[in-house]
Amino acid sequence: MNDVLDVAIRLVIVFAAFLLLPLIVGQTEHKVMAHMQGRLGPMYVGGFHGWAQLVADGVKFAQKEDIVPAAADRRIFQLAPAVALLPYLLVLVVIPIGPQEGAVGEVVDAGIFFVLAVMGIGVLGSLMAGWASANKFSLLGGLRTAAQLLAYELPMLLTAASVAMAAGTVSLPGVLNAFEWWWVPWQIVGALVFFVAGLAELQRPPFDMPVADSEIIFGAYTEYTGLRFALFMLAEYAGIVVLCGLTTVLFLGGWHGPFGGDDVGWLWTLLKTAVLAFVVIWLRVSYPRLREDQLQKLAWTVLIPLALAQIALTGIVKVVIQ
Amino acid sequence: MAPIPGSGLAKGLAVTLRTMTRKSVTARYPDTQPELPPRSRGVIGLFEENCTVCMLCARECPDWCIYIDSHKETLPAAAPGGRERSRNVLDRFAIDFSLCMYCGICIEVCPFDALFWSPEFEYAETDILELTHERDKLREWMWTVPAPPALDPAAEEPKEIVAARKTADKLAAAEAAARAAASAPQEREDGE
Repeated sequence: MNDVLDVAIRLVIVFAAFLLLPLIVGQTEHKVMAHMQGRLGPMYVGGFHGWAQLVADGVKFAQKEDIVPAAADRRIFQLAPAVALLPYLLVLVVIPIGPQEGAVGEVVDAGIFFVLAVMGIGVLGSLMAGWASANKFSLLGGLRTAAQLLAYELPMLLTAASVAMAAGTVSLPGVLNAFEWWWVPWQIVGALVFFVAGLAELQRPPFDMPVADSEIIFGAYTEYTGLRFALFMLAEYAGIVVLCGLTTVLFLGGWHGPFGGDDVGWLWTLLKTAVLAFVVIWLRVSYPRLREDQLQKLAWTVLIPLALAQIALTGIVKVVIQ
Repeated sequence: MAPIPGSGLAKGLAVTLRTMTRKSVTARYPDTQPELPPRSRGVIGLFEENCTVCMLCARECPDWCIYIDSHKETLPAAAPGGRERSRNVLDRFAIDFSLCMYCGICIEVCPFDALFWSPEFEYAETDILELTHERDKLREWMWTVPAPPALDPAAEEPKEIVAARKTADKLAAAEAAARAAASAPQEREDGE
């Protein structure tokens, strides 16, 4: 009975974080993006600087008609948003935020494996949506997603492997237990590659070729309305949270901080994640969208060689210090 | 010298970050009124006391949005045996702001200074017919017409003021002359 309760509480907390954090990131994006462009952003909803804008957006989405195109593959079309969103919830379960026993939803021994495999599923949602919509633009978006997934999964995996080599474990809390401060400069190239590849996998600007609205309307999500569209949006922001959390855990030392000790470990994790989320927004505001061929070129001629070099460096250092 | 690779990327990030720390330029219009420049073209006011129904404005209007009705009144001769005078009386003066394109030609062309720009712009209506402002409404807009902006420091004096001063000077001179003429005989009497 106690175990059931324990699991239930953990799941509820993870679920609450899953609903809350993407909203916070989304609202931050509204405001940060606005101010970076010399605007104010939402100012009215909720009274104070438009804090309830995304809640209002959610209500609006819920009110909209849920349309499935006549030629669409009905069941796949309706299933796609869930496939896009749920993997991020699963990943969130295994991300440790503090050194304590209970500060992780569930300890998975093969954590890095699990995380990368499940995150790959999220992109399947876009593929399914693109195919099932029976729309040329959706299909183009889906294919671009597929190409992007192929190109960017590899550097992500390689750099994660580099961290696993350094720590000698693939468990996420295990990586953090082995963490030393000098890992940050040691793995910095891998961190950059991981972060950039993660951005591309989330299809965030400047890597938003698959949803390039000026070219292919909204890519795989063109035919979606109402709540299902909102779920795709939520998946994007949940993806930001997960990517930033993972980068924090793998490369920035998670709960380790310069001061404060283990008690405020969760605060360090959240702080680092928040800073990374800010960087994600910042990059979106600053850079124009890459062209499809530039996107591929970046992955295959820059990121993958860098990731391989990082692995070589990790191996050499590892052998030397042993 | 070749730029450092990636310096462009860093510059882009710096620009957005700097903009974020600055005050945003958004005008919070319904909450705060905009600061309009002088001579803003918001709405046209009619100073109907000056209007002589010459119809120039209605004829020059490119999209014919000024409607004027008038009739003639005959005034009896001022002096016995004189000729009767006829005078135009304004019955209707309306501007349809749903047609008006705010070119300001009517205001330029009015020889009697009966039309003026007012900066008021908040007169949206839910019914397009309401946008035809009749004479009384156009007269009301006159109260919102600002004083003309001041002239440049070294500018020539406006013609009206020059003319008015000339007349005033002439009158003052004539009055002084008359007073001098009136007092001179007295002096002569005193002297004799």
